[in-house]
Amino acid sequence: MEIFNHDSNINFLGMRKFSIAIAIFLMVASIGLIVTRGLNYALDFTGGVSMVIDYDQSVEISDVRTALEKGGFDHAMVQSLGGTREVSIRMQPKDDKKAVDASGKVNLDLISADVLKTLHVARKDAKLKSRELVTAEVGAELKSDGTVAAVFVILGIMAYLWIRFERRFAIAAVATEIHDVLVTLGILALAQREFDMTVLASVLAVIGYSINDKVVVFDRIRELFRLARKAEPEEILNRSINNTLSRTIITSLFTAITMGALYFFGGPAVHGFAVTMLIGIVVGTLSSIFVASPILLWLGVSKKDLMPVTKENPELARRP
Amino acid sequence: MSDFPRWKYALVALVMLFGIIYALPNAFPPLLAVQVTANRDAPPIDQSVQQKVTAALASKHIAVTDVVVDGDHLLATFPNSDVQKSGSDVIKAALGDGYTVAFKLQSNVPGWLQAIGARSMPLGLDLQGGVHFLMQVDQGDAIDKQENSYADDIRTLLRQHNIHYESVVRNTVRGQGITVILRSEDDRSKSADAIANEYTDLNVATGPSTGDRFTLNVTIKPEKLRELARSAITQNLGTLRNRINALGVSEPLIQQQGESRIVVELAGVQDPTEAKKLIGAVATLQYRPGIGQAGDAQAQEAARTGNIPPDANLYYMRGSHLPVLVSKRIIVTGNQLVDASSGIDQQSGTPKVDVTLNAAGAKKMGDFTNANVGKPMAVVYVEQVYETKIVDGKEVRVPKVTETVINDASIASPFSKQFQTTGLGSPKEASDLALLLKGGALAAPMDVVEESVIGASLGQDNIDKGFKAVLLGLALVLLAAAIYYKLFGLVADIALFFNLVILVAVMSLIGVTLTMPGVAGIVLTLGMAIDANVLICERVREELRNGSSPHASIRAGYEKAWSTILDANVTHLIAALALTTMGTGAIKGFGVTLMIGILTSLFTSVTLTHAFTALIHGHRKLKTLSV
Repeated sequence: MEIFNHDSNINFLGMRKFSIAIAIFLMVASIGLIVTRGLNYALDFTGGVSMVIDYDQSVEISDVRTALEKGGFDHAMVQSLGGTREVSIRMQPKDDKKAVDASGKVNLDLISADVLKTLHVARKDAKLKSRELVTAEVGAELKSDGTVAAVFVILGIMAYLWIRFERRFAIAAVATEIHDVLVTLGILALAQREFDMTVLASVLAVIGYSINDKVVVFDRIRELFRLARKAEPEEILNRSINNTLSRTIITSLFTAITMGALYFFGGPAVHGFAVTMLIGIVVGTLSSIFVASPILLWLGVSKKDLMPVTKENPELARRP
Repeated sequence: MSDFPRWKYALVALVMLFGIIYALPNAFPPLLAVQVTANRDAPPIDQSVQQKVTAALASKHIAVTDVVVDGDHLLATFPNSDVQKSGSDVIKAALGDGYTVAFKLQSNVPGWLQAIGARSMPLGLDLQGGVHFLMQVDQGDAIDKQENSYADDIRTLLRQHNIHYESVVRNTVRGQGITVILRSEDDRSKSADAIANEYTDLNVATGPSTGDRFTLNVTIKPEKLRELARSAITQNLGTLRNRINALGVSEPLIQQQGESRIVVELAGVQDPTEAKKLIGAVATLQYRPGIGQAGDAQAQEAARTGNIPPDANLYYMRGSHLPVLVSKRIIVTGNQLVDASSGIDQQSGTPKVDVTLNAAGAKKMGDFTNANVGKPMAVVYVEQVYETKIVDGKEVRVPKVTETVINDASIASPFSKQFQTTGLGSPKEASDLALLLKGGALAAPMDVVEESVIGASLGQDNIDKGFKAVLLGLALVLLAAAIYYKLFGLVADIALFFNLVILVAVMSLIGVTLTMPGVAGIVLTLGMAIDANVLICERVREELRNGSSPHASIRAGYEKAWSTILDANVTHLIAALALTTMGTGAIKGFGVTLMIGILTSLFTSVTLTHAFTALIHGHRKLKTLSV
């Protein structure tokens, strides 16, 4: 079976001004969104108290909110956890003054008991499923750890590509990576999806996923440059994208299928992860096709830049 | 002819076998059990205890699968977690305080598998429910203690050498050391020699001298400071282990996380109050010389005017709140304590704690009590809590020490190694204190910075959902690959299935704790592992289109795809590696899963499929390929 025409010859590079313009626009818009709307940081980052409440019968989020407001928890955030019987409640411990003792220690047991009591006024079937307390300092650390990890990934990949390929490939890959991460974060900011620890992990995994795509195209570019007698860069890049197009899309589809399964069946604990990954797969796939190669072309990639590598790598030299 | 060497077939077969065997234990879910162990003073576990437990469970109509005596402990297994909980309550009530009753996940893995080291993956808290604490260790406090102790030691040393000193004072800034002021140049050089000879961990430097004040600056060497910070964590880890063992939770997870944090996870525990009280309590005893009696005129005066003698602290008695003056000199601290047990004092009928000291502590105590019979000695109970203050709009955690005197009595006769502390409020207080002391004092105070309680039902939910997601993700990819790449797709399917098996086997063997992010990592690995096969299949198709023969296409397909696969996987591996460097458990688990997944998929997608392809096509003349 074949979905994609193997002889496809779409002139991707021909629309480079257009595609790069869109990419830049998306990046700027994403930065704008991240700055203005911000990411909807979850408990892992902000610190605070969170509870998962289970109801025997289905419940309206607004009813839970009203019940909490009546009990004096005005700032509690209520969210549905998939289905209609499970809700998560998030709040800062200072909303329940009794539960914070003179020395600032938070009594999680007391807070959860208070919340449950409040909910029981409206509905007797509310049950506490889990509760969690995170202090602000741990959250702040996670943010900086995440940033460090992302920078480490990008630099590591850059170094590897620089050695294995060439400087221009490294720069093009990293520029596209930054685009992918920013746009993924931008979409998360736009949708105001909760940004928790698993989403952070997912964003870092997106970097790993989308670099995969780029490397495959780059590999083909290198190969075609070496094979071609008369190497017109634009034509080589176009052919490389077209040759790998089928693989790029099939792999994306396969990965998307598994992430879809995770989203629909994995439960609320991995929702954020799956959604972020799905966004990342779409963004990463599009940028592999439309963004990475134009950057490479502008950086001035040529046949002779790629030849010396063969001398350093006897294994590759053996190959046709 | 096949160009696939025979040893590679053998390797593939071996790895497949390894994967199956070491992944197998996960097919045997552990039994929900309650473990009973006898405390020191209780009669050992035997048939009679077994009968008692069985009878108690039967009388309350609790369905128990099995009650067996296994060495020094008794195991009762239950069909589900609700019954397990009520069963545990019944057993506790039936046996009384002499026994520790704890939840346990009893491994159900057959003996022959256990014998070769095969075991199932431990489940994270999000998959089985329990409590999780993350604690911050205040390492600075260990340095404070050490500096104070050196200041004391230097005073003693100078006295021993008959050197007169003006003062020996610890600098107020932590880590800045101790300032010794002497009265002559000669004394200064003598003390510098004495200190440097006696304490090799100290740096001694001459400070400014004015008139008859000659200064010596003594600082703890940086490597010693680092070692102190490190050992504070290690000692706290050990202490926590002891304390949690006393709590009777089976298989607790107690680990260092990062530089200064400790993570504690207690599976199966649903009520963290008791655990938190034991873990969070930063209590240590200090035995110090008393000055006068509690509530005497001198102490009242000091409390009223605030004029406290320079070498003393003003504390209040626990309970009576009478002021009492206590010398700043510490004779023995909780660190030097070996054992503590509670009981009732025969003479006064009040609760007591019997204390045993180690050799160093015993010597200090002996020296002190010999010289001070009839004089008072106070027991100071030091408890540290954290206060959250708002400084410049930011929340800052400030440690606050509360010190109360729990006992201030005259030394009846000299003692050293063993003695008792009386005057505790209730038998419960005595046993709590003994438990804390027995667990060992914490080298540095700790503070809970993260806490979560995960219900057992949520854990079961997550397991079910995670399992479903993995199976469904796998099934869908298997189907898609088979449809799109036909026979080559089926071979890739075999590889993908074995990728899952080998991934699970490696994770089980290493002992990676499975969490929900880990499950997400497994699913993601399945999706991405197929990529290598897509690359190979597309290459083979391309070669066929270019007019190569089927065999040549296979060979060229694998050969040409390999460099791409390698580059793609190495870059991906770099990303996974970064995830594992993140301190946080959940992300780390995901990263480790991803990393193992990338490595196993490299093998299964390339070598394993190549073996199968060679096996299927190798010895036949081919006209076409099903790809």
